[in-house]
Amino acid sequence: MSVRHALLALLSEGPKYGLQLRQEFEARTGDVWPLNVGQVYTTLQRLERDGLVEADDTTEEGPQKGFHITEDGAAELAQWLRTPPDFSSPPRDELVIKVLVALGLPGVDIHDVVQVHRRYLVELMQQWTRLKEDESRFDLNFALVVDAELFRLDSLLRWLDTAEGRLKRAAAGVDAPLPQAGPLPKARRKVGNRS
Amino acid sequence: MSYLELHDVSKTYGDGIAQVHALQGVALSVDAGSLVAVMGASGSGKSTLLTIAGSLEDPTRGEVFVDGRPLSTLSRNGKARLRRQSIGYVFQDYNLLAGLSALENVSLPLELDGVAARKAQGVALEALEDFGLTDRASHFPDQLSGGERQRVAIARAVVGGRRLLLADEPSGALDSTNAEAVMRQILAACHRGMAAVVVTHDAQLASWADRVVFLRDGRIVDQTMPAQRPEAFLADLPNA
Repeated sequence: MSVRHALLALLSEGPKYGLQLRQEFEARTGDVWPLNVGQVYTTLQRLERDGLVEADDTTEEGPQKGFHITEDGAAELAQWLRTPPDFSSPPRDELVIKVLVALGLPGVDIHDVVQVHRRYLVELMQQWTRLKEDESRFDLNFALVVDAELFRLDSLLRWLDTAEGRLKRAAAGVDAPLPQAGPLPKARRKVGNRS
Repeated sequence: MSYLELHDVSKTYGDGIAQVHALQGVALSVDAGSLVAVMGASGSGKSTLLTIAGSLEDPTRGEVFVDGRPLSTLSRNGKARLRRQSIGYVFQDYNLLAGLSALENVSLPLELDGVAARKAQGVALEALEDFGLTDRASHFPDQLSGGERQRVAIARAVVGGRRLLLADEPSGALDSTNAEAVMRQILAACHRGMAAVVVTHDAQLASWADRVVFLRDGRIVDQTMPAQRPEAFLADLPNA
Protein backbone atom coordinates (compact mmCIF):
# COMPACT_ATOMS: atom_id res chain seq x y z
CA MET A 1 0.00 0.00 0.00
CA SER A 2 1.63 3.26 -1.08
CA VAL A 3 0.23 5.87 1.31
CA ARG A 4 2.56 8.39 -0.32
CA HIS A 5 0.97 8.03 -3.74
CA ALA A 6 -2.54 7.68 -2.38
CA LEU A 7 -2.12 11.08 -0.69
CA LEU A 8 -0.74 12.57 -3.90
CA ALA A 9 -3.83 11.24 -5.72
CA LEU A 10 -6.16 12.86 -3.17
CA LEU A 11 -4.28 16.17 -3.43
CA SER A 12 -4.51 16.07 -7.22
CA GLU A 13 -8.24 16.73 -6.75
CA GLY A 14 -7.48 20.01 -4.94
CA PRO A 15 -5.86 21.37 -1.76
CA LYS A 16 -6.65 19.46 1.43
CA TYR A 17 -5.55 19.39 5.04
CA GLY A 18 -4.20 16.43 6.99
CA LEU A 19 -7.30 15.21 8.80
CA GLN A 20 -9.32 15.50 5.63
CA LEU A 21 -6.71 13.42 3.77
CA ARG A 22 -6.93 10.72 6.41
CA GLN A 23 -10.74 10.57 6.23
CA GLU A 24 -10.78 10.51 2.45
CA PHE A 25 -8.04 7.86 2.27
CA GLU A 26 -10.06 5.59 4.54
CA ALA A 27 -13.29 6.19 2.63
CA ARG A 28 -11.61 5.53 -0.73
CA THR A 29 -10.16 2.24 0.49
CA GLY A 30 -13.49 1.07 1.81
CA ASP A 31 -12.44 1.68 5.45
CA VAL A 32 -10.41 -1.50 5.19
CA TRP A 33 -6.99 0.12 5.71
CA PRO A 34 -7.20 2.50 8.65
CA LEU A 35 -4.50 5.17 8.70
CA ASN A 36 -3.26 7.00 11.79
CA VAL A 37 -2.97 10.72 11.55
CA GLY A 38 0.72 10.65 12.51
CA GLN A 39 1.41 8.57 9.40
CA VAL A 40 -0.39 11.18 7.30
CA TYR A 41 1.71 14.05 8.63
CA THR A 42 5.00 12.14 8.38
CA THR A 43 4.18 11.29 4.77
CA LEU A 44 3.17 14.88 3.99
CA GLN A 45 6.48 16.16 5.42
CA ARG A 46 8.42 13.78 3.18
CA LEU A 47 6.36 14.74 0.15
CA GLU A 48 7.03 18.41 0.95
CA ARG A 49 10.77 17.72 1.37
CA ASP A 50 10.81 16.02 -2.06
CA GLY A 51 9.00 18.96 -3.67
CA LEU A 52 5.92 16.92 -4.55
CA VAL A 53 3.51 18.90 -2.35
CA GLU A 54 3.59 22.38 -0.82
CA ALA A 55 1.94 23.76 2.30
CA ASP A 56 -0.61 26.51 1.68
CA ASP A 57 0.69 29.86 2.88
CA THR A 58 -2.73 31.08 3.81
CA THR A 59 -3.71 28.35 6.23
CA GLU A 60 -2.74 27.94 9.86
CA GLU A 61 -0.35 25.37 11.35
CA GLY A 62 -1.60 22.11 12.89
CA PRO A 63 -4.48 19.88 11.83
CA GLN A 64 -5.97 22.60 9.63
CA LYS A 65 -2.76 23.17 7.69
CA GLY A 66 -3.54 22.73 4.01
CA PHE A 67 -1.42 21.18 1.27
CA HIS A 68 -1.53 21.21 -2.51
CA ILE A 69 0.21 19.11 -5.13
CA THR A 70 3.08 20.56 -7.20
CA GLU A 71 3.78 19.98 -10.89
CA ASP A 72 6.47 17.49 -9.93
CA GLY A 73 3.97 15.78 -7.66
CA ALA A 74 1.44 15.47 -10.48
CA ALA A 75 4.13 14.03 -12.76
CA GLU A 76 5.21 11.55 -10.06
CA LEU A 77 1.58 10.47 -9.57
CA ALA A 78 1.03 9.97 -13.31
CA GLN A 79 4.23 7.94 -13.56
CA TRP A 80 3.30 5.77 -10.54
CA LEU A 81 -0.20 5.01 -11.83
CA ARG A 82 1.24 3.61 -15.06
CA THR A 83 4.12 1.66 -13.53
CA PRO A 84 3.13 -1.98 -12.86
CA PRO A 85 4.07 -3.27 -9.42
CA ASP A 86 7.01 -5.67 -9.51
CA PHE A 87 5.54 -9.15 -9.87
CA SER A 88 8.56 -10.48 -11.74
CA SER A 89 10.01 -12.58 -8.94
CA PRO A 90 7.90 -15.03 -6.91
CA PRO A 91 7.33 -13.81 -3.36
CA ARG A 92 8.48 -16.05 -0.51
CA ASP A 93 4.95 -17.16 0.10
CA GLU A 94 4.67 -18.72 3.53
CA LEU A 95 1.86 -21.04 2.46
CA VAL A 96 3.91 -22.42 -0.44
CA ILE A 97 6.92 -22.86 1.82
CA LYS A 98 4.89 -24.72 4.48
CA VAL A 99 3.55 -27.19 1.91
CA LEU A 100 6.98 -27.71 0.34
CA VAL A 101 8.57 -28.28 3.75
CA ALA A 102 5.78 -30.65 4.83
CA LEU A 103 6.40 -32.79 1.74
CA GLY A 104 9.72 -34.04 3.02
CA LEU A 105 8.76 -34.63 6.64
CA PRO A 106 8.18 -38.15 7.94
CA GLY A 107 4.93 -38.65 9.85
CA VAL A 108 3.26 -35.60 8.31
CA ASP A 109 0.13 -36.19 6.23
CA ILE A 110 0.43 -33.63 3.50
CA HIS A 111 -3.31 -33.78 2.79
CA ASP A 112 -4.06 -32.81 6.38
CA VAL A 113 -1.65 -29.89 6.11
CA VAL A 114 -3.27 -28.78 2.87
CA GLN A 115 -6.75 -29.09 4.39
CA VAL A 116 -5.91 -26.94 7.41
CA HIS A 117 -4.86 -24.12 5.10
CA ARG A 118 -7.78 -24.71 2.73
CA ARG A 119 -10.31 -24.42 5.54
CA TYR A 120 -8.69 -21.26 6.87
CA LEU A 121 -8.73 -19.62 3.44
CA VAL A 122 -12.38 -20.55 2.86
CA GLU A 123 -13.29 -19.18 6.30
CA LEU A 124 -11.58 -15.90 5.43
CA MET A 125 -13.44 -15.81 2.11
CA GLN A 126 -16.71 -16.38 3.96
CA GLN A 127 -15.91 -13.36 6.14
CA TRP A 128 -15.21 -11.14 3.14
CA THR A 129 -18.29 -12.41 1.31
CA ARG A 130 -20.43 -11.62 4.36
CA LEU A 131 -19.40 -8.01 3.97
CA LYS A 132 -21.01 -8.07 0.53
CA GLU A 133 -24.36 -9.06 2.00
CA ASP A 134 -24.76 -5.73 3.75
CA GLU A 135 -25.58 -3.58 0.76
CA SER A 136 -25.93 -0.42 2.87
CA ARG A 137 -22.18 -0.54 3.50
CA PHE A 138 -21.30 -1.70 0.02
CA ASP A 139 -20.10 1.24 -2.04
CA LEU A 140 -17.98 0.93 -5.17
CA ASN A 141 -14.60 1.39 -3.45
CA PHE A 142 -15.43 -1.14 -0.79
CA ALA A 143 -16.69 -3.61 -3.42
CA LEU A 144 -13.40 -3.34 -5.32
CA VAL A 145 -11.37 -3.95 -2.16
CA VAL A 146 -13.50 -6.97 -1.20
CA ASP A 147 -13.27 -8.42 -4.72
CA ALA A 148 -9.47 -8.00 -4.72
CA GLU A 149 -9.19 -9.83 -1.42
CA LEU A 150 -11.53 -12.63 -2.53
CA PHE A 151 -9.59 -13.20 -5.74
CA ARG A 152 -6.28 -13.17 -3.86
CA LEU A 153 -7.51 -15.80 -1.39
CA ASP A 154 -9.13 -17.78 -4.20
CA SER A 155 -5.85 -17.93 -6.11
CA LEU A 156 -4.16 -19.46 -3.05
CA LEU A 157 -6.94 -22.01 -2.74
CA ARG A 158 -6.64 -22.93 -6.40
CA TRP A 159 -2.95 -23.47 -5.90
CA LEU A 160 -3.67 -25.75 -2.91
CA ASP A 161 -6.21 -27.73 -4.98
CA THR A 162 -3.75 -28.09 -7.84
CA ALA A 163 -0.96 -29.06 -5.46
CA GLU A 164 -3.12 -31.72 -3.87
CA GLY A 165 -4.08 -33.08 -7.29
CA ARG A 166 -0.41 -33.32 -8.25
CA LEU A 167 0.45 -35.03 -4.97
CA LYS A 168 -2.33 -37.58 -5.46
CA ARG A 169 -1.16 -38.39 -8.96
CA ALA A 170 2.39 -38.69 -7.71
CA ALA A 171 1.33 -41.04 -4.90
CA ALA A 172 -0.56 -43.18 -7.40
CA GLY A 173 2.58 -43.54 -9.45
CA VAL A 174 1.29 -41.23 -12.13
CA ASP A 175 3.93 -38.72 -11.24
CA ALA A 176 4.83 -37.67 -14.73
CA PRO A 177 3.93 -34.11 -15.56
CA LEU A 178 0.52 -33.59 -17.10
CA PRO A 179 0.37 -34.49 -20.80
CA GLN A 180 2.42 -32.05 -22.76
CA ALA A 181 1.77 -30.65 -26.15
CA GLY A 182 3.85 -32.98 -28.30
CA PRO A 183 4.51 -32.57 -31.98
CA LEU A 184 1.33 -32.10 -33.91
CA PRO A 185 0.04 -35.02 -35.96
CA LYS A 186 1.52 -35.07 -39.43
CA ALA A 187 -1.51 -33.81 -41.27
CA ARG A 188 -1.88 -30.83 -38.90
CA ARG A 189 1.79 -30.05 -39.04
CA LYS A 190 1.54 -29.82 -42.78
CA VAL A 191 -1.27 -27.31 -42.39
CA GLY A 192 0.92 -25.39 -39.97
CA ASN A 193 3.82 -25.40 -42.39
CA ARG A 194 1.76 -23.95 -45.13
CA SER A 195 0.72 -20.90 -43.16
CA MET B 1 -34.45 -27.47 13.20
CA SER B 2 -32.79 -29.61 10.53
CA TYR B 3 -34.76 -29.90 7.35
CA LEU B 4 -32.31 -32.30 5.72
CA GLU B 5 -30.30 -34.93 7.55
CA LEU B 6 -27.96 -37.59 6.26
CA HIS B 7 -27.11 -40.28 8.79
CA ASP B 8 -24.06 -42.43 8.07
CA VAL B 9 -24.79 -42.45 4.35
CA SER B 10 -22.65 -44.61 2.08
CA LYS B 11 -22.99 -45.29 -1.62
CA THR B 12 -21.14 -47.99 -3.49
CA TYR B 13 -21.24 -48.57 -7.22
CA GLY B 14 -20.15 -51.76 -8.97
CA ASP B 15 -18.85 -55.06 -7.58
CA GLY B 16 -15.55 -56.72 -6.81
CA ILE B 17 -12.51 -55.08 -8.31
CA ALA B 18 -14.66 -52.47 -10.06
CA GLN B 19 -16.30 -51.39 -6.81
CA VAL B 20 -16.28 -47.65 -6.17
CA HIS B 21 -17.10 -46.16 -2.79
CA ALA B 22 -18.63 -42.85 -3.84
CA LEU B 23 -19.73 -41.92 -0.31
CA GLN B 24 -18.56 -43.38 2.98
CA GLY B 25 -20.31 -42.72 6.28
CA VAL B 26 -21.45 -39.20 5.48
CA ALA B 27 -23.32 -37.32 8.20
CA LEU B 28 -24.75 -33.93 7.37
CA SER B 29 -27.60 -31.81 8.65
CA VAL B 30 -28.94 -28.65 7.07
CA ASP B 31 -31.27 -26.35 8.99
CA ALA B 32 -34.20 -24.53 7.47
CA GLY B 33 -32.97 -21.09 6.45
CA SER B 34 -29.34 -22.09 6.12
CA LEU B 35 -27.04 -22.53 3.16
CA VAL B 36 -24.44 -25.28 3.23
CA ALA B 37 -21.79 -25.61 0.55
CA VAL B 38 -20.07 -28.90 -0.18
CA MET B 39 -16.60 -28.55 -1.68
CA GLY B 40 -14.36 -31.23 -3.06
CA ALA B 41 -12.32 -32.22 -6.07
CA SER B 42 -13.85 -34.00 -9.06
CA GLY B 43 -14.78 -37.52 -8.05
CA SER B 44 -14.94 -36.70 -4.33
CA GLY B 45 -18.64 -37.64 -4.19
CA LYS B 46 -20.24 -34.18 -4.29
CA SER B 47 -22.83 -34.91 -6.96
CA THR B 48 -23.65 -38.33 -5.48
CA LEU B 49 -24.31 -36.66 -2.15
CA LEU B 50 -26.72 -34.28 -3.82
CA THR B 51 -28.65 -36.93 -5.75
CA ILE B 52 -29.02 -39.03 -2.60
CA ALA B 53 -30.11 -36.01 -0.53
CA GLY B 54 -32.69 -35.28 -3.21
CA SER B 55 -34.01 -38.88 -3.29
CA LEU B 56 -32.95 -39.34 -6.91
CA GLU B 57 -30.76 -42.26 -5.78
CA ASP B 58 -30.90 -44.53 -2.75
CA PRO B 59 -27.92 -44.90 -0.44
CA THR B 60 -26.30 -48.32 -0.10
CA ARG B 61 -26.25 -47.80 3.64
CA GLY B 62 -27.56 -45.16 6.04
CA GLU B 63 -30.66 -43.00 6.03
CA VAL B 64 -31.74 -39.65 4.65
CA PHE B 65 -34.38 -37.61 6.46
CA VAL B 66 -36.24 -34.78 4.74
CA ASP B 67 -38.42 -32.73 7.09
CA GLY B 68 -38.08 -35.57 9.59
CA ARG B 69 -39.30 -38.27 7.21
CA PRO B 70 -36.91 -41.16 6.47
CA LEU B 71 -36.74 -41.54 2.69
CA SER B 72 -36.35 -45.32 2.95
CA THR B 73 -39.96 -45.54 4.16
CA LEU B 74 -41.33 -43.75 1.10
CA SER B 75 -42.54 -45.59 -1.97
CA ARG B 76 -41.31 -44.67 -5.41
CA ASN B 77 -44.40 -42.52 -5.87
CA GLY B 78 -43.97 -41.04 -2.41
CA LYS B 79 -40.45 -39.94 -3.28
CA ALA B 80 -41.64 -38.46 -6.57
CA ARG B 81 -44.31 -36.50 -4.68
CA LEU B 82 -41.74 -35.29 -2.16
CA ARG B 83 -39.50 -34.12 -5.00
CA ARG B 84 -42.34 -32.30 -6.74
CA GLN B 85 -43.63 -30.60 -3.62
CA SER B 86 -40.63 -30.00 -1.39
CA ILE B 87 -37.36 -30.15 -3.32
CA GLY B 88 -36.02 -27.83 -5.99
CA TYR B 89 -33.00 -28.70 -8.11
CA VAL B 90 -30.62 -26.36 -9.88
CA PHE B 91 -28.09 -27.72 -12.36
CA GLN B 92 -25.07 -26.18 -14.03
CA ASP B 93 -26.70 -26.35 -17.47
CA TYR B 94 -30.03 -24.87 -16.27
CA ASN B 95 -32.21 -27.70 -17.69
CA LEU B 96 -34.93 -25.30 -18.84
CA LEU B 97 -37.32 -26.65 -21.46
CA ALA B 98 -36.54 -24.86 -24.72
CA GLY B 99 -40.11 -24.82 -26.02
CA LEU B 100 -41.56 -23.16 -22.91
CA SER B 101 -41.34 -19.51 -21.84
CA ALA B 102 -39.66 -18.54 -18.58
CA LEU B 103 -43.08 -18.32 -16.94
CA GLU B 104 -44.15 -21.73 -18.27
CA ASN B 105 -40.88 -23.29 -17.13
CA VAL B 106 -41.43 -21.98 -13.62
CA SER B 107 -45.11 -22.96 -13.48
CA LEU B 108 -44.53 -26.45 -14.91
CA PRO B 109 -43.65 -28.21 -11.62
CA LEU B 110 -46.82 -26.82 -10.05
CA GLU B 111 -48.98 -27.94 -12.96
CA LEU B 112 -47.38 -31.39 -12.86
CA ASP B 113 -48.40 -31.48 -9.23
CA GLY B 114 -52.03 -30.87 -10.15
CA VAL B 115 -52.31 -27.10 -9.66
CA ALA B 116 -54.61 -25.50 -12.23
CA ALA B 117 -52.68 -23.77 -15.02
CA ARG B 118 -54.01 -20.28 -14.32
CA LYS B 119 -53.24 -20.49 -10.61
CA ALA B 120 -49.83 -22.08 -11.26
CA GLN B 121 -48.89 -19.28 -13.62
CA GLY B 122 -49.91 -16.68 -11.03
CA VAL B 123 -47.64 -18.29 -8.44
CA ALA B 124 -44.85 -18.65 -11.01
CA LEU B 125 -45.12 -14.96 -11.90
CA GLU B 126 -44.73 -14.07 -8.24
CA ALA B 127 -41.58 -16.21 -8.07
CA LEU B 128 -40.18 -14.42 -11.13
CA GLU B 129 -41.09 -11.06 -9.58
CA ASP B 130 -39.25 -11.99 -6.39
CA PHE B 131 -36.08 -12.38 -8.41
CA GLY B 132 -36.53 -9.31 -10.60
CA LEU B 133 -37.36 -11.34 -13.70
CA THR B 134 -40.89 -10.10 -14.42
CA ASP B 135 -39.88 -8.57 -17.74
CA ARG B 136 -38.42 -11.89 -18.85
CA ALA B 137 -41.55 -13.95 -18.14
CA SER B 138 -42.58 -14.36 -21.78
CA HIS B 139 -39.04 -14.94 -23.07
CA PHE B 140 -37.94 -18.38 -24.19
CA PRO B 141 -34.67 -19.82 -22.85
CA ASP B 142 -32.76 -19.01 -26.04
CA GLN B 143 -33.79 -15.35 -25.63
CA LEU B 144 -32.25 -15.18 -22.15
CA SER B 145 -28.62 -14.69 -21.13
CA GLY B 146 -26.88 -17.49 -19.24
CA GLY B 147 -27.29 -15.63 -15.96
CA GLU B 148 -31.00 -15.04 -16.60
CA ARG B 149 -31.54 -18.69 -17.49
CA GLN B 150 -30.01 -19.79 -14.23
CA ARG B 151 -32.05 -17.26 -12.27
CA VAL B 152 -35.21 -18.59 -13.95
CA ALA B 153 -34.06 -22.10 -13.02
CA ILE B 154 -33.73 -20.99 -9.38
CA ALA B 155 -37.20 -19.42 -9.48
CA ARG B 156 -38.46 -22.78 -10.76
CA ALA B 157 -36.64 -24.57 -7.93
CA VAL B 158 -38.19 -22.46 -5.19
CA VAL B 159 -41.69 -21.93 -6.60
CA GLY B 160 -44.69 -23.12 -4.65
CA GLY B 161 -43.21 -23.05 -1.18
CA ARG B 162 -40.57 -25.73 -1.67
CA ARG B 163 -38.35 -26.09 1.37
CA LEU B 164 -35.14 -27.69 0.11
CA LEU B 165 -32.93 -26.35 -2.66
CA LEU B 166 -30.20 -28.59 -4.08
CA ALA B 167 -27.78 -27.00 -6.51
CA ASP B 168 -24.98 -28.68 -8.46
CA GLU B 169 -22.35 -26.16 -9.62
CA PRO B 170 -25.10 -23.57 -10.18
CA SER B 171 -22.80 -20.93 -11.60
CA GLY B 172 -20.25 -23.14 -13.28
CA ALA B 173 -20.83 -21.70 -16.72
CA LEU B 174 -21.30 -18.07 -15.66
CA ASP B 175 -18.97 -15.09 -15.31
CA SER B 176 -18.27 -13.81 -11.81
CA THR B 177 -20.93 -11.06 -11.89
CA ASN B 178 -23.69 -13.48 -12.88
CA ALA B 179 -22.34 -16.11 -10.50
CA GLU B 180 -22.69 -13.60 -7.68
CA ALA B 181 -26.26 -12.78 -8.76
CA VAL B 182 -27.11 -16.49 -8.68
CA MET B 183 -25.66 -16.92 -5.20
CA ARG B 184 -27.47 -13.83 -3.93
CA GLN B 185 -30.68 -15.37 -5.24
CA ILE B 186 -30.03 -18.68 -3.50
CA LEU B 187 -29.21 -16.79 -0.30
CA ALA B 188 -32.45 -14.83 -0.62
CA ALA B 189 -34.34 -18.13 -0.83
CA CYS B 190 -32.60 -19.24 2.37
CA HIS B 191 -33.53 -15.99 4.11
CA ARG B 192 -37.14 -16.91 3.34
CA GLY B 193 -36.66 -20.20 5.17
CA MET B 194 -35.39 -22.67 2.57
CA ALA B 195 -32.64 -25.09 3.41
CA ALA B 196 -30.06 -25.18 0.63
CA VAL B 197 -27.12 -27.36 -0.33
CA VAL B 198 -24.77 -26.16 -3.05
CA VAL B 199 -22.05 -28.45 -4.28
CA THR B 200 -19.18 -26.74 -6.00
CA HIS B 201 -15.44 -26.72 -6.50
CA ASP B 202 -15.54 -22.91 -6.64
CA ALA B 203 -14.52 -21.27 -3.36
CA GLN B 204 -15.98 -17.89 -4.29
CA LEU B 205 -19.35 -19.56 -4.63
CA ALA B 206 -18.96 -21.65 -1.51
CA SER B 207 -18.01 -18.60 0.53
CA TRP B 208 -21.63 -17.38 0.39
CA ALA B 209 -22.61 -20.36 2.55
CA ASP B 210 -23.16 -20.34 6.30
CA ARG B 211 -21.08 -23.50 6.48
CA VAL B 212 -18.72 -25.19 4.07
CA VAL B 213 -18.07 -28.92 4.35
CA PHE B 214 -15.18 -30.56 2.57
CA LEU B 215 -15.49 -33.95 0.89
CA ARG B 216 -12.50 -36.09 0.05
CA ASP B 217 -12.77 -39.59 -1.40
CA GLY B 218 -16.41 -39.81 -0.38
CA ARG B 219 -15.90 -38.72 3.23
CA ILE B 220 -16.54 -35.41 4.95
CA VAL B 221 -13.09 -34.54 6.23
CA ASP B 222 -13.61 -31.03 7.57
CA GLN B 223 -15.95 -28.06 7.83
CA THR B 224 -15.68 -24.34 8.45
CA MET B 225 -16.42 -22.67 11.76
CA PRO B 226 -19.21 -20.10 12.00
CA ALA B 227 -18.16 -16.66 10.75
CA GLN B 228 -17.62 -13.64 13.01
CA ARG B 229 -19.96 -10.68 12.81
CA PRO B 230 -18.78 -8.44 9.95
CA GLU B 231 -18.06 -5.52 12.32
CA ALA B 232 -15.84 -7.72 14.50
CA PHE B 233 -14.03 -9.08 11.44
CA LEU B 234 -13.32 -5.60 10.09
CA ALA B 235 -12.20 -4.34 13.49
CA ASP B 236 -9.71 -7.21 13.75
CA LEU B 237 -8.03 -6.50 10.41
CA PRO B 238 -4.42 -5.41 10.79
CA ASN B 239 -3.71 -1.81 9.81
CA ALA B 240 -2.02 -0.88 6.58
